[in-house]
Amino acid sequence: MTEPERKTDIGPPHYGQFLHPVIKANYGKWKYHEIIEPGVLMHVSETGDKLYSVRVGSGRLVSTDFVREACDLADKYSQGHFRFTSRHNMEFFLTDLSQLPALKADLAAKGWPIGGTGHSVTSIVHTQGWVHCHTPAIDASGIVKAVMDDLFEYFGKHDLPAQVRIALACCLNMCGAVHCSDIAICGVHRTPPKILHDKLRHLCEIPTTIASCPTGAIRPHPDKSLKSVIVNEERCMYCGNCYTMCPAMPCFDAEKGGVAILVGGKVSNSKTPPAFSRLAIPWIPNNPPRWPETVAAIRKILTKYAEGANKWERVGEWIERIGWERFFEVCDIPFTFQHIDDYKFQAYDTYRTSMHFKF
Amino acid sequence: MHKTPLLDQLESGPWPSFVKDLKRVAARKPQTADLLGVLERSYKDKITHWKHGGIVGVLGYGSGIIGRYTDLPDEFPGVEHFHTIRVNHPSAWMYTTKALRELCDIWDEHGSSVLNMHGSTGDIIFLGTRTEELEPCFAKLTAKGWDLGGSGSAFRSPSCCVGPARCEWAMYDTLEACYELTQEFQFDLHRPSYPYKYKLKLSGCPNDCVAAVARADCSVIGVWKDDIRIDQSAVQAYAGGELKPRGGATKWDKLDIQKDVVELCPTQCMSWDGKTLKINNRECNHCMHCINLMPQALRPGTERGAAFLLGSHAPILEGAQMSWVIVPFFEMEKPFDYLKELMTNIAEWWSEHGKNRERVGELILRLGMRSLLEAIGVEPAPQQVRIPRANPFFFWHQSDFDAEAKGRRYDTRQGFVR
Repeated sequence: MTEPERKTDIGPPHYGQFLHPVIKANYGKWKYHEIIEPGVLMHVSETGDKLYSVRVGSGRLVSTDFVREACDLADKYSQGHFRFTSRHNMEFFLTDLSQLPALKADLAAKGWPIGGTGHSVTSIVHTQGWVHCHTPAIDASGIVKAVMDDLFEYFGKHDLPAQVRIALACCLNMCGAVHCSDIAICGVHRTPPKILHDKLRHLCEIPTTIASCPTGAIRPHPDKSLKSVIVNEERCMYCGNCYTMCPAMPCFDAEKGGVAILVGGKVSNSKTPPAFSRLAIPWIPNNPPRWPETVAAIRKILTKYAEGANKWERVGEWIERIGWERFFEVCDIPFTFQHIDDYKFQAYDTYRTSMHFKF
Repeated sequence: MHKTPLLDQLESGPWPSFVKDLKRVAARKPQTADLLGVLERSYKDKITHWKHGGIVGVLGYGSGIIGRYTDLPDEFPGVEHFHTIRVNHPSAWMYTTKALRELCDIWDEHGSSVLNMHGSTGDIIFLGTRTEELEPCFAKLTAKGWDLGGSGSAFRSPSCCVGPARCEWAMYDTLEACYELTQEFQFDLHRPSYPYKYKLKLSGCPNDCVAAVARADCSVIGVWKDDIRIDQSAVQAYAGGELKPRGGATKWDKLDIQKDVVELCPTQCMSWDGKTLKINNRECNHCMHCINLMPQALRPGTERGAAFLLGSHAPILEGAQMSWVIVPFFEMEKPFDYLKELMTNIAEWWSEHGKNRERVGELILRLGMRSLLEAIGVEPAPQQVRIPRANPFFFWHQSDFDAEAKGRRYDTRQGFVR
């Protein structure tokens, strides 16, 4: 008997075989859409066909049981097809709106929420945290759950001045790409790496470890017999990049690690260009299992934005208009040394050179 | 099952609970029970209990598997090995239930039954299995038509927005481009050979639903060149309140065309006299605001293509960057040869000059934009910059003097005229 040939480099399946029949028939022919109620989109084709997409929140971290349950619903309502969105929501496709009440009832029975469209807070893009990652300062799924429980009223309604996109990254690597989000939750370390000299020589390449430091804070250890490194702690800003290269340099601290909140970023080009999120709160204690201080800080920023923003203004556009000094005032956030950028070439672009400020 | 008093507090509340979900699996799988045990310990210790990954993978591939081990293997033997498998997702994350059930069968048999739909790069993430399960799992995946995604210093699995499959604003076929480019770069996806990660995301319009400008080294964003198509009777319907603003995405019933649309246009290229909406399309900068607000009245033009932007990455190392416009417009038709060539040329320049773990956007900062543009044969254009430099410290090359002698000049619409 011969071994079956080992398949490699076949790439993902072609999407064509996964398209819902109405999507296949109207591919590239869509004319316009409406959101007939929060979470329910209607797309109308040049051919007159209509497709209703029902958007449902999900936790991103799921089990095969969960996926199978979603499949059961898709078989019942969606001709065996459904999709996930770029923000971890699910979308079921209806061709007949009269099925909506039954689908809603089935979703409600599972506790799966409908929403995440238009001027809502939609699902939080996030990373792995303590469930799988080796560098996190904070958990991911737990904070997301706590924040979404608190902001739940905003998921199924279009009550905000514009859409609000929240993202979480459990360390400064920002795998969750939180750097362009309306509200960004970022795990931060606040202590320099502790060097395990007896392990370093066995685990790490010294030149790559030194080269990994963006501020040049790592040097060879003066005692050459140690075959290790030393850190100029005053230059370290706790990015953890050395730890990624060298496991003998952990920078975790259970009490000093915590949450930073950045605000005002976006990726869309609508009205204003894409923008980075900027530091609002440099540190909040890491407080599992429900992170009450983080949850409260986000609610405060969101509600002040909802009260203060003009129609169509994203969080960053609102802050630009009122000024950052006013933002810190209305959100009751103290302004600290940490808010003033001192990191490389980006810093000098952020200092004020005009008399256009408020008291 | 381990006692998890802290995690149990995340079972209540209206948002779907991952703890409840994972507990179902933990009841039948010791390794998933141990996963919850380790997670509970992290909630108590406020520190991660995962170690650095070792080198694990499937035969012939250098990517797709992330090695992961717990630092508490004696207490939680089920997660002594707990490696991630990245499964390359289909374009726009569309599935049949048959395909998804097959994936679930494979993962129930060979892993923890825990997964991410989806990870940050876009892959399906199979979260947690033992080293000896990797090859059998891979064999079952490929038998059903699935392959691994990228990891490490490789080409990463590209992802795209919903595109023409279900969106009226797609300026090119994002799904086909995503599939085609994924196939084109299979070798580089599975065998890390770049200085660092190299990502590609494809958005169909400037709304950028996959955050290409922020999350991918190579960002392809759809755009049109000609006039926005206007249905004046639909504009009237928005003005009169028969059609709702933004297709009903807001709490407002009626659009004020002057205040909400005309006065918020960033280039002030629109006017409204109460009857007719006029757009000076030459001055439109394609922001999408007016189209977003009135999807039944305004539609992008029909001369369609994409812009190519390059360089974005998260803050490590030099601080976060967004992608910069390199080619303001090109046609995006199958087989997407121009894009393939462009990405290949960029990777060559970067591989030649880049340091270990230096993203392509950081290399541009170090060597200068001109170095890149000359290497890939792209001419300078005003669309590439937000604003020209304010300092007088610019270089001249012999090639500039030669071109000058030959009478080269730049036309803002035609580019270089030789």
